[in-house]
Amino acid sequence: MTDSLHHHKVSNWLAEVPEYQGLWSWITSIDHKQIGIMYILSGIFFFVIAVGLGLTMKLQLCVPMNHMLTQSTYNQIFTMHGTTMVFLVGMPLIFGTGVYLTPLMIGARDMAFPRLNAFGFWVFLFGAIFLYFSFLGGGAPSGGWFSYVPLTSKAYSSGTGIDYWALSLFVTGIGSVATGVNLIVTILGLRAPGMTLQRVPLFVWMMLFTAILTVLALPALNAVIVMLEFDRFMSTHFFETASGGSALLYQNYFWFFGHSEVYILILPAFGWVTETIPVFSRKALYGAGFVSASTVAIGFLSFGVWIHHMFTTGLSFAVLYIFSLSSLIIAVPTGIKVWTWIATMWGGTIKLTTSMLYSIAFIIQFTIGGLGGITFAVIPLDWQLTDSYFVVAHLHYVLVGGFLFAFISGVYYWYPKVTGRMLSETLGKIHFWIMVVGFNGTFFVMHFLGLYGMPRRVWTYPHGMPVLASLNMISCIFAFVLAASILIFAFNLVYSFLKGKIAGDNPWEAWTLEWATTSPPHPENFERLPPVHSRRPLWDLTHDVGENGSESGDMKAGEQKA
Amino acid sequence: MKKKGMDNVIMGMLVFVASESIFFLLLVLAYVNFHKVTGAQAATLLEPVKTGIFSIALFASSFTIWLAEKAHEKQAIAQFKMWLFSTIALGTIFIAGQAEEYYRLIMDKITIDRDLFGTTFFTLTGFHGLHVIIGLLMLTLILGLSLWGRKHEPSEVGLQSVAIYWHFVDAVWVVVFSVVYLWRYVA
Repeated sequence: MTDSLHHHKVSNWLAEVPEYQGLWSWITSIDHKQIGIMYILSGIFFFVIAVGLGLTMKLQLCVPMNHMLTQSTYNQIFTMHGTTMVFLVGMPLIFGTGVYLTPLMIGARDMAFPRLNAFGFWVFLFGAIFLYFSFLGGGAPSGGWFSYVPLTSKAYSSGTGIDYWALSLFVTGIGSVATGVNLIVTILGLRAPGMTLQRVPLFVWMMLFTAILTVLALPALNAVIVMLEFDRFMSTHFFETASGGSALLYQNYFWFFGHSEVYILILPAFGWVTETIPVFSRKALYGAGFVSASTVAIGFLSFGVWIHHMFTTGLSFAVLYIFSLSSLIIAVPTGIKVWTWIATMWGGTIKLTTSMLYSIAFIIQFTIGGLGGITFAVIPLDWQLTDSYFVVAHLHYVLVGGFLFAFISGVYYWYPKVTGRMLSETLGKIHFWIMVVGFNGTFFVMHFLGLYGMPRRVWTYPHGMPVLASLNMISCIFAFVLAASILIFAFNLVYSFLKGKIAGDNPWEAWTLEWATTSPPHPENFERLPPVHSRRPLWDLTHDVGENGSESGDMKAGEQKA
Repeated sequence: MKKKGMDNVIMGMLVFVASESIFFLLLVLAYVNFHKVTGAQAATLLEPVKTGIFSIALFASSFTIWLAEKAHEKQAIAQFKMWLFSTIALGTIFIAGQAEEYYRLIMDKITIDRDLFGTTFFTLTGFHGLHVIIGLLMLTLILGLSLWGRKHEPSEVGLQSVAIYWHFVDAVWVVVFSVVYLWRYVA
């Protein structure tokens, strides 16, 4: 509370920043903080919808031979669930945190292209709404989130659902490229004096590579969507095998995008926890150079592993071996990161805040998800497990246990900065434990479902199969525990916004630049910037390390002219 | 504080062009992927010499926009407008050539939905043509600014970033022209 007394002209929470009052100020905003918040709120909005879709699927699968949903409704629901989670939840959450935090972390006034920033967001939002318009326009898409041909060709999907899917993703894809370009230029061009690329917070570094991957991978999605829609609208023959086209071309192009997309999603998650873990361990990040370098390695390798999604399509052994190898190799830089997080905590003074709990759970669950992922790099195992619930378990461990847990860790960490108020730690810890139980209960058993042969994307399963009924029931029950935890989270977000403890500038005693300004930040971001001589400018400020900073390998004083 | 190094707008355009390159790369690869089926048709239906002449117009426009940039740097405004106008004219000639080619093919019942050749050929060259047209619109905008804009318009970086885009459109055509029209001479 005492901190807040120092704040004068700038009010203490978001609702009272005069520049941010009224709906119009948000709609017309080109302020990176407002746009970031709108990105994140839309992400959370679509997240709630997609969780609802997921629960519907779980209810349908609770018992064998359930007739709650029809086959085709079920197809629509899992397609919308997956598409929403990847494109309308994952992407806005990473871009939201990216455009909100990046300028603050590098000491900039705004993004490089503020109008382009607004363009990126609104294009995304309209594309997203367009996808949901499919329900009114004659049925949602039902080709799965990757919409393989020939299923999605006109002959087998004659409705408009696939077109909504394709055009929506094309539009949101344009927004993603715009924001990607913007982030790259912001990070490369707008850093504060003294902030060399070696000194940017690791989150910013990972955002840079996320943006590079976005800019280079999204065009592949756009290309494949163009070809798919040409096939559907203009009767072209790209993917039509009967007239010499190639359905495999679709898979190649889609996964060239799709596997990079996986890293587009997970790199920011690495970024979030790489910021929180050192702060709550009260130690500088161990092996920061390794973290940066392994990010670069992941960035490059992520373009060379896509075939592991296609191991069962009858490729030559040479191709199988090469992509098996590259998919195994990409686990190494990822493993390096896990190692550095653990080494950072080792010997640190760990503060088990809700944010830290989420980060720790992230490390454990992401590692489980990663091990599941390596399974698919091993060709015989892939042949056995592909398109089974093992895949579903793996991807949810990486994207929920990994991405979402890291995101929530970030929310508990940065919420005070964004709103000026602390999230309730009591509610936070209840939220955390229920969510850990709910998440693992829902998804861990799916590994076994897959091993016992349950294929993914089936609307039901027969009576009398070994273990399927009981495991599905367990998964179903825990899914509702998971959903309950999300309700607690939502309540906490709203309640703390109104009643939370006033945060002050730097409640966690963190050391990156975003904590050097008020909470919420003034529309101009900074009144003045502290000097940047290391990765931890605020630490230097309070610990009076002077020119040499605290991380000796990191800086040579005076080398960088302010 | 004015930073040294690359201007942000230029950097933004370069990154955007990198993104676009991947898009075209995949369209070119789609064409190449089906070449064993479509190559024979490309050899009989297309007229490399005629298209080659129109292509020279497009390649020349890369040179004229470079001259326009040089003139703009030296504040030789009359020259600048002349070279800019030449660039637009050359780009328009190229598009006219493409229109003529499309017209001829479509009259011969070679359409986008006819077979794999039509599919890949029209998609690839069509997207390139679309980019040329967008480039022409941007160049016209620059010309309009130089004729009727305020004193400092068009800005140096505005002109440079449009030039980068224009060079990119040209470079893509070098690849597309080689792959689609000249491949037959390799075999």
